[in-house]
Amino acid sequence: MAVSETVAAAHPATTPTQPAPGRKRRGRNASYWLYLLPGAVLFILVIGAPLVGTGYLSLTKWSGVGDPTWVGLDNYQQLLHDEVFWASFRNTVAMLIAMVVVPTLLGLVLASVLFDIIGRRFRPRTAAALRAAFYLPQVLPVVVAGIVWGWILRPDGAFNSLLDAVGLGALRHDWLGDPDTALPAVMAVMIWVQIGYPVVVFMAALQRVDPELYEAAEVDGANWVHRFRAITLPQIRPETFVVALTCTIAALKVFGPIFALTRGGPENATNVPSYFAYYTFFKKLQVGYGSAISTVLTLIIVVVAVLFIWMQYRSERRDRGI
Amino acid sequence: MAVTLTPADRAPAPPRTRPVRDRHHRGVSRWVVLALVTLGALVMLVPFAFMLLNAFKSPSDYSNGGPLSWPTEFYTTGLRTYWTTVNFPLKLWNSTLIAGSVAVLGVAVSLLNAYALGIGRVRGRLWIVGLFLLANMLPQEALIYPLYYVAKQVGLYNTQLSVIIIFTVIQSAFGTYLLASVMSTFPRSLLEAASLDGAGKWTILWRVVFPNLRPTLAVLLIFFFIWTWNEFLIPLVMLIDNQTQTIPVALASLQGDRLMDAPTTNAGALISLVPAIIFFLIFQRTLARGITAGAEK
Repeated sequence: MAVSETVAAAHPATTPTQPAPGRKRRGRNASYWLYLLPGAVLFILVIGAPLVGTGYLSLTKWSGVGDPTWVGLDNYQQLLHDEVFWASFRNTVAMLIAMVVVPTLLGLVLASVLFDIIGRRFRPRTAAALRAAFYLPQVLPVVVAGIVWGWILRPDGAFNSLLDAVGLGALRHDWLGDPDTALPAVMAVMIWVQIGYPVVVFMAALQRVDPELYEAAEVDGANWVHRFRAITLPQIRPETFVVALTCTIAALKVFGPIFALTRGGPENATNVPSYFAYYTFFKKLQVGYGSAISTVLTLIIVVVAVLFIWMQYRSERRDRGI
Repeated sequence: MAVTLTPADRAPAPPRTRPVRDRHHRGVSRWVVLALVTLGALVMLVPFAFMLLNAFKSPSDYSNGGPLSWPTEFYTTGLRTYWTTVNFPLKLWNSTLIAGSVAVLGVAVSLLNAYALGIGRVRGRLWIVGLFLLANMLPQEALIYPLYYVAKQVGLYNTQLSVIIIFTVIQSAFGTYLLASVMSTFPRSLLEAASLDGAGKWTILWRVVFPNLRPTLAVLLIFFFIWTWNEFLIPLVMLIDNQTQTIPVALASLQGDRLMDAPTTNAGALISLVPAIIFFLIFQRTLARGITAGAEK
């Protein structure tokens, strides 16, 4: 699968059929730069320049009106002593569990069961219908999901009524209003939102696998667990990397659901860096401070992404036995 | 692709998928597995059931019977209130315009970029592709304030165009990375044959590369559309009035409004979901096939 070939683009196998990289070839490639031009201009305008701008603003004090005042690293020093900032990063760990660890593991098992057992022993339509059910929350705009769940988890909401109905009325609770339960509740919602993505990607990946592999394993008496470990996991490892990476980045950036569910509350129990930055920019009008939060988050994401890609590169090289 | 998941695909491997030696699964175990997975799927669908149940329930029914009761009448005022209050048709148009434009423009920009990187193999492509990939991952907070400020200066603030431009670039960053890796495996022989026939780069792009990549491009188009449709932060900051807002922003800005009682909230959520589901069903097939389209060499 192409998505996973993170570094494949970088290592085109140099086959002997390729012309030697002589002057002729370089000349031929020069005009390809023209094709990059529109993309590059747009990229600099919309991503490059604003990013540099945010970096600069993080070294200033500014309310968005008039001229920014240069303050050097003051904002960063202030961040280090900001309890809310640390709370938001602690909550990011919870988001990583809810959006990466649980969905990826569950997704691996579900995709494998759907593909290897249900898809092969029942009609493929059955597997497709079940896959669609798991994927449906992914289709829902994530903010809408947040609003609906916010209503379900209200003190007088559907979840508490459900507890009443099954005789667990004693457990009724203001799930999102209590600092102790708000974060677990948000995590549960995020698992519900995320699970469809790995399932769909892994099932698509499994279509690459030669079905004869599974059949041969079965003839040899391998049960589902054996097949899962010996065939499924190794075959879709590239996709597992990609899913883990994209979900990790999404978890670090999560904003919409927090905005819709809790606005970071109660008492910052569910605040995350992204919402904290937004709030600092547009509600407190501290553009310099908000830029510092954003810059720290950006650096963390870049480091995580580079680590992931490097790990994948390493494992690919190991596979090729280099 | 012998085992397909979509009925529309041809050649789902016939009886071969039911091996002759079905020793290990003749029993009940596969039914247990099916029951468990089905149960999980049903749990996933419960919130949607809540939405349906309460979207057409009158406020009096709701306050008497609670969220789980069966409605005594088919109440559509909630839906109508929402429809007219937020001017839903206009929001639908805004969302469609933004997501549709971004999908088409984003794919076009990705294709041009990737052509230079994956097929042209320009120098430094590894770094350029890496840069695009990283750019797609950046938190939007790292861009939003300068974009917001500049948009205000140049008169693009509160226009759909501002959001279209921004997301075209953000999505094409991912598209470039994906297509560049797909194109790097493009059969050289095809390109050389076209070259020998005297085709220039532009012709090769549209006559040779484009037709071959159509399935991948279709998937990208769908992804860009859905991702943009669901985006929240940038539209929330950039689009501030009823004329320009997208569906998710409109719904979120009504949150906590006195008018948003249970039926109205659920009707609003339900109706926001409809376009996405329709879109998903239409392209379900493409999606199922397309994610791996790049792998079919």
